[in-house]
Amino acid sequence: MTGRRGAILLVAPLLLALLVGFIAPIGAFLWRAVADDEVASVLPRSIAVLRGWDGGAVPEAAFIALAEDLREARIRDAETGAGGIARAAARLNAEFPGLRSLLPATGRRVTQPGEEQAKILSAGEAWATQGPWRAIQRAGGPVSDYRLLATLDLRRDGEGTITQAPADARVYRDVLLRTLWISAFTTLICLLMGYPLAWLIATAPPRAQPWLLGAVLLPFWTSLIVRTAAWMVLLQKEGIVNSALLGTGLIAEPLPLLLNRFAVLVAMVHILLPFMVLPVLAVVREVDPRLPRAAASLGAGRLRIFRRVLLPLSLPGVGAGCLLVFVQALGFYVTPALLGGPNDQMLAWFIGFHANRLVDWGMAAALSVLLLAAVAVVIGLYGRLVGFDKVRTA
Amino acid sequence: MRAALWAIGVLVLLFLVLPILVVVPLSFSAGSFLTYPLPGLSLRWYAAFFASDFWLPALWNSLLVGSASAALATLFGVPAAFGLWRADFPGRRIMMAVILAPMVVPAIVVAVALLLAFGPRGLANTFGGLVAAHAMLGVPFVVVTVLAALSRFDAVLLRAAAACGAGPWRAFFRVCLPRIAPGVAAGAVFAFATSLDETVVVLFLAGPGQRTLPRQMFAGLNDEISLTVMAAATLMAALSVLLLGAVALLQRPAR
Repeated sequence: MTGRRGAILLVAPLLLALLVGFIAPIGAFLWRAVADDEVASVLPRSIAVLRGWDGGAVPEAAFIALAEDLREARIRDAETGAGGIARAAARLNAEFPGLRSLLPATGRRVTQPGEEQAKILSAGEAWATQGPWRAIQRAGGPVSDYRLLATLDLRRDGEGTITQAPADARVYRDVLLRTLWISAFTTLICLLMGYPLAWLIATAPPRAQPWLLGAVLLPFWTSLIVRTAAWMVLLQKEGIVNSALLGTGLIAEPLPLLLNRFAVLVAMVHILLPFMVLPVLAVVREVDPRLPRAAASLGAGRLRIFRRVLLPLSLPGVGAGCLLVFVQALGFYVTPALLGGPNDQMLAWFIGFHANRLVDWGMAAALSVLLLAAVAVVIGLYGRLVGFDKVRTA
Repeated sequence: MRAALWAIGVLVLLFLVLPILVVVPLSFSAGSFLTYPLPGLSLRWYAAFFASDFWLPALWNSLLVGSASAALATLFGVPAAFGLWRADFPGRRIMMAVILAPMVVPAIVVAVALLLAFGPRGLANTFGGLVAAHAMLGVPFVVVTVLAALSRFDAVLLRAAAACGAGPWRAFFRVCLPRIAPGVAAGAVFAFATSLDETVVVLFLAGPGQRTLPRQMFAGLNDEISLTVMAAATLMAALSVLLLGAVALLQRPAR
């Protein structure tokens, strides 16, 4: 058990377990964000022919290849019920709107060999243009950035240049901004509430300290779902807050406190506040009490002592607290799902929605890439600005 | 100045504690409304909880999944922490990053990725699959806590044991483990608490076959909040307090 080899052997089982059970599944899932094989598996000949296409007139060989591909795919779909054409059509629709219905319709025209070009053209005028052929070319795989672009409401036009999605189809940029906004606001409020509390606990008489700290640790240890439930009960229409306000005569009608942004923010601040208090507390506890006294003896006023001595010394704790709160807030799922309305759902909810309801793993993966990228950017920024050697937790 | 700090601090503390303390008494209500004043006190909602097919199996399953995943996380985490502490070797930082990854990756990403990986292998909606997932989420806490305990352990003691003729295994189990036992236990409690609180992975990974308390709470809150849900919440909060007490005892500075 001594020496490097022994040490590595001790770490190996856990490392292997995590690589197989955690890193590999996440990697395989995220790969789906860029994997692009729905069309390649259904139209292999067409893609092969179009690979050599220069963008001029559509070669006749492409029509023949498409007809053969569709005939084969129809037989396969009929035998196995795999629905390959439908999936390929859905994928192609993202490149060239209209192909969702045009591709299956074309498949029905070419059930018998012969006169492929005329039959395909009779299925839809679009086949005479370059659009659908370019779409097949672009969707040929094996990888594509179209889902990642879609998470930012971008797409490629006929020429392959990146453009904005039409205004009525923009969804995810809003969701991303909302996620960042909710997380940033939560972090700010946590800082404003947590910072004074940390100083209070650090400077309170030793007899009071365990009680004050206990009051932070109790909610910290209480299950997230329990705290979310508590806020649901408090903020309901006939809930405790409303009946208290009605009782004092401050309001005449119950306020709509639930299923809105307010409820989400209040609960998220409540849930994440201990993650701000504890790191700040760990740092301000270590501040030498002689320093403010020295500053005072040199003639500094209270505000000046705080601004020039105490605040700079506490910044590493503030940085760690903000990082912990912001990164966790980015991934929130349960609290917005229960307390928020349709316009308060964050990235995590849309990942779940795509995976569970739409069974669109590709889009769920692309949104996960977006979420992880946001987390990575925040952690990276923190590393650049503050440095990880200063992270300390209670 | 000082008074202002106290005023703000106490207000923030009330914000932290009151929502939990206000909700707890509701579960002892004799009536069936989620507001005050209480019409009287009773244990009827707890009776309903313990008689329910919806809640009671979930409670047992939560405790079972929590214990199994904490045991698994400890079994893998303690040797790994010891190895990481014992020697510096190439790739140690990357290994640490892999081990800590479950703490950083958002739960929803883990949930969907594991659903996708476990589903085709028949592990989704099984006890084993859920335990494996929770053990992976809990293991960073074990490693971090045990590493902290080891940083207070004097490595010279191991050499002394070796000089007295103890093999490495014997030295670990007889000299090191007793010293770091509180840290190991605290790590196990952290892993247990992680599993007990975990909602998102359970929602996605476990179907009707594997109900846990948080999963049932989520369903109950989505449906209609009854006072039985509040009884369940109170029981979960009580369990948390128990675990908090256990950790506080374990991490008390040794005399």
